[in-house]
Amino acid sequence: MIPEFGHYALILALCIAVIQGVLPLVGAHQGRREWLMLARPAAQTVFLLLAIAFVTLAWSFYVNDFSVLYVAEHSNSQQPVMYRLGAVWGGHEGSLLLWVFLLSTWTILVAQLSKALDEFMVARVIGVLGLVTSGLLLFVIATSNPFTRLLPAAQDGRSLNPLLQDPGLVFHPPMLYMGYVGFSVAFAFAIASLLSGRLDAAWARWSRPWTTAAWIFLTLGIALGSWWAYYELGWGGWWFWDPVENASFIPWLVGTALLHSLAVTEKRGGFKSWTVLLAITAFSLSLLGTFLVRSGVLTSVHAFATDPKRGVFILIFLCLVVGSSLALYAWRAPKSTMGGKFSLSSRETLILLGNVFLVVSAGSVLLGTLYPLLIDALHLGKISVGPPYFNSVFVPIMVPLLVLMGIGPWASWKNTDLLTVLKRLWLAGLVAIIAGISIPLIMGEFTWLASIGFVLAFWVIASGCLQIVRQAKAGKPTRSFIGMQFAHLGIAVFVIGVTMVGAYQEEKDVRMLPGETVTVGGYQIQLQGVNAVPGPNYNAMRGTFLLSKDGSSQTTLYPEKRSYFTSTMPMTEAAIDVGLTRDIYVSLGEELGDQSWAVRVYYKPFVDWIWGGCLLMALGGALAISDKRYRMKLKGKTA
Amino acid sequence: MKPRHKRALFIVAALVVIGVAALLILNALNSNIALYVTPSDVAAGKSPQGQAFRIGGMVKEGSVKRDGLTVNFVITDLAKDIPVAYTGILPDLFKEGKGAVIQGRLNPSGQFIASEVLAKHDENYMPPEAKHALEQAQKNGSAK
Repeated sequence: MIPEFGHYALILALCIAVIQGVLPLVGAHQGRREWLMLARPAAQTVFLLLAIAFVTLAWSFYVNDFSVLYVAEHSNSQQPVMYRLGAVWGGHEGSLLLWVFLLSTWTILVAQLSKALDEFMVARVIGVLGLVTSGLLLFVIATSNPFTRLLPAAQDGRSLNPLLQDPGLVFHPPMLYMGYVGFSVAFAFAIASLLSGRLDAAWARWSRPWTTAAWIFLTLGIALGSWWAYYELGWGGWWFWDPVENASFIPWLVGTALLHSLAVTEKRGGFKSWTVLLAITAFSLSLLGTFLVRSGVLTSVHAFATDPKRGVFILIFLCLVVGSSLALYAWRAPKSTMGGKFSLSSRETLILLGNVFLVVSAGSVLLGTLYPLLIDALHLGKISVGPPYFNSVFVPIMVPLLVLMGIGPWASWKNTDLLTVLKRLWLAGLVAIIAGISIPLIMGEFTWLASIGFVLAFWVIASGCLQIVRQAKAGKPTRSFIGMQFAHLGIAVFVIGVTMVGAYQEEKDVRMLPGETVTVGGYQIQLQGVNAVPGPNYNAMRGTFLLSKDGSSQTTLYPEKRSYFTSTMPMTEAAIDVGLTRDIYVSLGEELGDQSWAVRVYYKPFVDWIWGGCLLMALGGALAISDKRYRMKLKGKTA
Repeated sequence: MKPRHKRALFIVAALVVIGVAALLILNALNSNIALYVTPSDVAAGKSPQGQAFRIGGMVKEGSVKRDGLTVNFVITDLAKDIPVAYTGILPDLFKEGKGAVIQGRLNPSGQFIASEVLAKHDENYMPPEAKHALEQAQKNGSAK
């Protein structure tokens, strides 16, 4: 009975979502106030119904209801409760339900927190979100219903893919989706303002915190995914340029451009059409990401749906969204694109230039991701575009962007003397060059690539420090200013991590007998033995490794090779000794006979700075949202 | 400067950036693409010379031989077999009788020296490239 409630709630939610999508938009157009008033209650009802559906599905997992096909396919009775609940979004159907549920969560947040906003605007925003919700709900119900019954019920379920049985699964997808879906709010604001013809600074001020919030979630989601891949996939990389990783990274790049462009629109009224276009693009790319991942056209760890019907549906939906919003854009976008006047050497110009770099880099990543699909579709053969492509295209585009990051915040709006700015920055330049020469020498090997990485990172850091000093003299800095500093510092920290790992990591694949020692990065790792250890739903071979440096033992590491009962596939669980300046990473390969094992060891200097940098960026975003000028609005709203 | 000129300048700057990026992209695409080749094509000498490429197919039953960290095995599309050598740790899902994709180069004696072995995904999954190779071989076989 319970799953039928969920199914029923889904269908009801679709009906109400159509009302939420159509009536407020028509009402706003024709000036019918009573139709506008429907927007909020409709959004609340949809949220409630989807919450019911979601809880129902989670309940079915909790009580092991294997008469539900989706539950039987992704969970079994031996699975620990945490992973049974994580399995709710461990497969295609459930993760789409999560997508829609989060969409309605954003909608309800907008509805609740925008009471001070003009009611026509709110109604339009909620209406646009309602249309998106309807489209996706239709998709869920028509092609991917998570409540489909399996009769007669299965005795026990199949297991969740062992790769996914990890705390990472519990947090990574919701976080990432929260970001993906969050761009729908920026999109809805953009469409609503195109519809009303009121593209003004107020519009930018309203959509800015929402865009930043979505960007924070996306940043954290990508970082979590990268960290998860690092320790769970067992092979020690932090980014593989996997098509699905790219699918989340492309919206991030465009979203970052959008954040900066929104700042110009809010402060100076400039770049209006550009900002609108970015908002439409960011959300379309999020949808494209969903399409790529869910349609099964990509081969990757994430691709679990291979039903062509689903792919076609999302493709049609994507074309509808992109086509109609671009048509609206062409029709209604403001004609005067430049807004407030500014000279060529001004903050506006620098931000625009940074935008160009971000968008071009997003385009290059998109091209590399879609190119194999294109070639295959044209029957020109099957190819793969690997990490070397992305590294040799993406990295050079980032170099000028990082240089700009050090200069941009110094320039003033409208007009600035770039020469004076550069004169002020001589100290930062000096620090950067010294760091670029000395750090590679300290690390023991000078390479130009590493040197450039350190120059750029320290250029951004030093420029930020000088800005803070200047700001402190001028008075109390605003939260947005501190937020920007944190976010930019995060980028620098990230660059340091990437450069260190790229240039100085050491990797060794060795055959080891108990008692043997391997040396990596100045650390000795001794294999003490490998024993069988039982787990809740698997058996493991656990290695015991003693980590020592200069003769003094530091810690013991226990990497595992697991075989899950319900799957014939073994699973590598790496053991990592985490440190501020280095990780030591050990994973077990296979047994090679006569008690010897294949073992992979890594020395990864500063690898945690990669994720630390992402955390700083997210923190910066959070600080920017909490700025006073947005809080004033909140007070206004509750009054 | 007039707004019209300014806008023109921005467009030119954007075009320059895009142009440089396009150059980088074309250059990178030229040297960093790996072609997928089926074992039958390799046996027929239709593989790229002096360049890394990928073979999709099945790991032949009973062909995996280990010698320390070096593994020798045969990849097949059930029509033709290609011997492969790989040094390092194999992914968890590498198994006899299952699909795999390998990247590397042919050495002069016709052995494929793999630099990378890809066999991710779950146990029931067949890489489309491996499936494609098997289907091609079957088609050619029945045509003869």
